[in-house]
Amino acid sequence: MTAYKCESGDLTREEALAQLLDQYRDYQGGLIPVLQEAQNIYGYLPREVLQQIAGELRIPFSKVFGVCTFYAQFHLKPRGRNIVRVCLGTACHVRGGARIFEAAQESLGVGQGGTTEDLRFTLETVACIGACGLSPCMMVNDETHGRLVPKRVGGIFESYQ
Amino acid sequence: MKSLDQVRATYQEEYRHKTAKNRIVVGLGTCGIAAGGEKVMTAIKEQAAARGLDVAVDFTSCIGMCYREPVVEVAVAGAPSVIYGDIYPDKVEMLLESIENKTPVYEWAAMQIPNGAVPYEGIAIMDQSPYYQKQVRSVTSRLGRTNPESIVDYMATGGYEGIEKALKMDRMAVIDEVKKSGLRGRGGAGFPTGTKWNFVYGAHGDKKYAVCNADEGDPGAFMDRSVLEGDPHSVLEGMMIGGYAIGADEGYIYCRAEYPLAIKRLNLAIAQAEEHGLLGEDILGSGFNFTIKIKAGAGAFVCGEETALLNSIEGLRGMPRVRPPFPAIKGLFGKPTTLNNVETYANVPFIIRKGADWYAAMGTEKSKGSKVFCLTGKVNNTGLMEVPMGITLRDIIFSIGGGIQDGKAFKAVQSGGPSGGCIPAEHLDTPIDYESLGALGAIMGSGGLVVMDENTCMVDVAKFFLNFTQLESCGKCTPCREGTKRMLEILQKICDGKGEMADIDTLELLCRVIKGSSLCALGQTAPNPIATTLRYFRNEYEAHIKDHRCPAGVCSALLVYSVQADKCNGCGACRRACPAGAITGEKKAVHVIDTAVCIKCGACFQKCKFDAILRA
Repeated sequence: MTAYKCESGDLTREEALAQLLDQYRDYQGGLIPVLQEAQNIYGYLPREVLQQIAGELRIPFSKVFGVCTFYAQFHLKPRGRNIVRVCLGTACHVRGGARIFEAAQESLGVGQGGTTEDLRFTLETVACIGACGLSPCMMVNDETHGRLVPKRVGGIFESYQ
Repeated sequence: MKSLDQVRATYQEEYRHKTAKNRIVVGLGTCGIAAGGEKVMTAIKEQAAARGLDVAVDFTSCIGMCYREPVVEVAVAGAPSVIYGDIYPDKVEMLLESIENKTPVYEWAAMQIPNGAVPYEGIAIMDQSPYYQKQVRSVTSRLGRTNPESIVDYMATGGYEGIEKALKMDRMAVIDEVKKSGLRGRGGAGFPTGTKWNFVYGAHGDKKYAVCNADEGDPGAFMDRSVLEGDPHSVLEGMMIGGYAIGADEGYIYCRAEYPLAIKRLNLAIAQAEEHGLLGEDILGSGFNFTIKIKAGAGAFVCGEETALLNSIEGLRGMPRVRPPFPAIKGLFGKPTTLNNVETYANVPFIIRKGADWYAAMGTEKSKGSKVFCLTGKVNNTGLMEVPMGITLRDIIFSIGGGIQDGKAFKAVQSGGPSGGCIPAEHLDTPIDYESLGALGAIMGSGGLVVMDENTCMVDVAKFFLNFTQLESCGKCTPCREGTKRMLEILQKICDGKGEMADIDTLELLCRVIKGSSLCALGQTAPNPIATTLRYFRNEYEAHIKDHRCPAGVCSALLVYSVQADKCNGCGACRRACPAGAITGEKKAVHVIDTAVCIKCGACFQKCKFDAILRA
């Protein structure tokens, strides 16, 4: 079992989820933070986890599933260790964001929403990450890379394991 | 009531002490970090230690000059502060030497702040520099100047004076002051903030909420991010004042998950405010209780719409509610709620501290105060700016923005994101306020301005926005769900060269219907990009349809590539680059493109060093 690191030490994923559910049991409007945290624990939202959340928070499974599919942030399939989000917002669009996305697709060998076979990268697009002053740009995990040119994209990926 | 005077005096002393020493300040907003600011900061620390140089290293947020990031400020005690742009680790050594020599590095300096000392000659003074001359700095006054993670810096620069003053005032007097200032919602719609607060004040409920909309989703807008990253305490203080005025004891900030740094700094600021007894129970002994929670968004543009945002906080799908009842009567968890934008809240402490008259003196008759804009796209100086309402678009784009990149011609500026419209050159002298932008078919929006040059195809731009709204439509009401899809299909058809003139009439009809019948602002404003491009750039639509030609050379299906014989020297680079084998020609002889085989990928156009490939 993969250990999930949290402040109280190493917990199994199941223990971390149980702790999370305890924390939010009587919290008004807690479903979205619970899903966000659960996704942090598992990397995505497996069906069994959604069922457990539905049961413990006493929300119908259909509603939990409805919330999951509504928001772009939630994923029902396993994802890569590193999330690449290429910005295709207005400012990036005007400055050639599409070519950055092409370079990223070529470098990783996957398309929009795709995950590399070794689970190292998942490639996504995003409508704007608010770094328009540095367009075209992309995010890898929580790091923003700006003023990109297609040639540089592949090199950036190399530093992420 | 307890006073903050003593704490403030201590902090002012601490701040004065800090800023009187030799110091280097690195801009670490998201943009500065993306440009490599953290590496620069590490290099400064290491090299300063190696030299044994007595210099304090601090960080701040984005001063607004995104085009010059990483930005570093060097302050030598008793001399003006010099702000440098484009500082990478290899330039750090020279900067440190400049402290030792007490002489700035003139060629890298962007501007200086005299701080009471005699200014250096040959470096623009910040207030008189082209970028800042026409700006005002009120909401953005701390951005790039103070450390956003330090409550000391905030309180030393007038922070939390507003809430202290407000708590001594009658609640209605606070609302009246905000009304008198003329402050209107900075999220886009421009509803008068004081009036909104008055509704919630008057609404019946055992509990009320103050909510901050930090779900800045418009592509091309990053004002809220910059304020949250650069001055998080001001947003908290604005919310406290709002909460006090309407009688709320709980606040929520709904922030995009795409802004991790903003969320981190907000959490820090909340913890600091709690430690100082500024959040929690019986604040400053006034009997007023207020707590603030952060909710991270989960990636849905429609959640920027107020009722969808409330649903999202409640843990539901972020779909808009039918109004009435308005959130002021029945909002979060069914209780009276005020919802205001980040920038709106950030204005409030200044209004309370400096007075409504000070604020109302800026701006136009109906739009008071200042507005923060983000200038992006094909303009030389991309970045954040705060300008008085009533300034013209020409001033923003050409004086502050420094004109169009590569000397190209200005074509249009897109104001207000996917809900806004494209404004052409003939309206560049329009003074910016809510009414005049509305009259042009655009909106003020949250403040994103994307500049487009002659190489931008307006049909393609309309298609880009429709693609966005179509993807982000929540699907609750039919006009938006189906209508945006139909409009996008028609635009795609036109860009593919298969359009008919009747399509323009259909688009105009759809624009009217969707605008008039959608449930929320996302749908009601979705046709704006089409309506304004049809209004100002109809000839481009007609060129696509009648002549099968894209005047800007963007729509790939309509392009024809050919070799200009007089410029081709037969190097063969295009022939090797062509993935379709459409280019033929002998070495050192003019090459030819077979248009029947050409897939219009543009590889030859990019490869040719002699501009011999013609794209038309």
